[in-house]
Amino acid sequence: MLYNDTVDSEALVHRPWFVAIVFAVVMAICSAINFTDTWMGELMRAVIGEPLTSGLYGRFATGLVLSLLFCANVIVIGFIPFKAQVITVWVELLLSFLAFFNAFDLSLPFIWDKLPILLSQGLFTTLYVAAVSIFFATILAIIGAVAKLSGNGFAYAIASFYTSFFRGLPLLMQLYLIYLGLPQLGVVLDAVPSGVLALSLCYGAYMTEIFRAGIQSIDRGQWEASRSIGFGFGLTMRKIILPQALPVIIPPTGNQFISMLKDSSLVSIVGVWELMFLARALGQATFKHMEMLIAVALIYWILSACMEIVQARIERHYNRSKVR
Amino acid sequence: MIGENAIEVKHVSKWYGAFQVLHDVNLTVRKGERIVICGPSGSGKSTLIRCFNRLEAHQKGDITVNGISLHNKMRDIAEVRRKVGMVFQHFNLFPHMTVLMNCMAGPMWINGVPKKEARDRAMHYLKKVRIPEQANKFPSQLSGGQQQRVAIARSLSMQPTVMLFDEPTSALDPEMVAEVLETITTLAHEGMTMVCVTHEMGFARAVADRVVFMDAGRIVEEGRPDGFFSDPQHERTKLFLSQVLRH
Repeated sequence: MLYNDTVDSEALVHRPWFVAIVFAVVMAICSAINFTDTWMGELMRAVIGEPLTSGLYGRFATGLVLSLLFCANVIVIGFIPFKAQVITVWVELLLSFLAFFNAFDLSLPFIWDKLPILLSQGLFTTLYVAAVSIFFATILAIIGAVAKLSGNGFAYAIASFYTSFFRGLPLLMQLYLIYLGLPQLGVVLDAVPSGVLALSLCYGAYMTEIFRAGIQSIDRGQWEASRSIGFGFGLTMRKIILPQALPVIIPPTGNQFISMLKDSSLVSIVGVWELMFLARALGQATFKHMEMLIAVALIYWILSACMEIVQARIERHYNRSKVR
Repeated sequence: MIGENAIEVKHVSKWYGAFQVLHDVNLTVRKGERIVICGPSGSGKSTLIRCFNRLEAHQKGDITVNGISLHNKMRDIAEVRRKVGMVFQHFNLFPHMTVLMNCMAGPMWINGVPKKEARDRAMHYLKKVRIPEQANKFPSQLSGGQQQRVAIARSLSMQPTVMLFDEPTSALDPEMVAEVLETITTLAHEGMTMVCVTHEMGFARAVADRVVFMDAGRIVEEGRPDGFFSDPQHERTKLFLSQVLRH
């Protein structure tokens, strides 16, 4: 959390000028987009008559009611405690998103019909590719970070060359180089191993930098204390330095994991039957593109949300020594 | 153990780049002896004490600790470090471990002491530094003086033969200096060999067998505290003492 000053000031959403601005913005949006042909117009039938022929008057009246509702909603939420605020706003945003998707007029039975194969084949492959890549990327990152911080010229050169190269090339190009380039050298990799290799190398390079920064953030005194007790390098790293570096490392690493989960969709290019591949294949076959894309989008989102929760838990675990 | 001397320093010189921090330093610490090193800041006293467990490397001369000569062999250095405890100016406790775990880690991971025994040993030394009730807290929950006492207990848990103190009270509030010095004094009375870098002249007078005064990387003067404080031989020592003892 940011530093909270002890001076209580009035909530922003309860200041007249702010509410006025919100009102004006919503009003402007409602005037630009005509809402009279939606359920809102239906509700207003008693006031504006036949919605579709109500013209400027109907548009204005509907906008006014919507803006008033919106402002009232904001002001009321301003009164409730923090946790309730978070939940209420989340639910409202989620509902408006669902309403937005609903506007596409999706065929739900079709999604329901294809869900089993998406989950069994697609989700499994995506998770498999992502998890294995995360594992190898983490190992690469630890080795890379130690190499970059070591006084060894060879190790530093190799590690910095590695991070420079694999951070400098587009992931898609790395995938092509591995899948299409390596066979010319006589090394033929299947689609899934190629994908895992490309993802591991690329994310290992990014995470090397994260780990390096994390390890460097630990005070020199910790090394000295540990070594003076008699701990060797490995023990110091494992038990003293890395556990302390983790609170620094985890937020950006969580980012990388989520990003990797979604970038695993790139391996659909080389024909791996993961979520993205199935979404396009199934969608193209039946011309129901939007159904499949939105269904898969939701699956990706749910997976990412799960990872966010896991990350928050781990962060809390490693921050427990920061009590005052 | 071999010989009578815990630490022998012979003709030691050390450079940081072109700057020479230690000039031909000679010093012998006998077993059970308590030595206080004082001197103005930048005189090389911290550097010298950090050479004793090889946190700093010397470039010329010989240092022998517990009969083991300090050179580039990791095995020997590790052996020395196991038997030499060090207390730092900024405590350097492991913030992610509880106080108890700070004291248990060394014996468990290095000497292979079983967990239960390590816990008993840690509690024994935490009692000794009069802080056993804080055992399950994290270092950040303790005051500076308490943290430094935990640091002492952490070093003692390794059952060292020599204790090195690198300005143990310099980072503390005045009211906490006393509790840490009392702990060190208790230790001194039990016959622990110790080398202490400090500016606390009252402590030096009360505890030290020998006071060593350093300036500009050289040992200028050393002697028993009564003589050292009442009748310093060198001009530089007189000037230093007149400035330190003024308040």
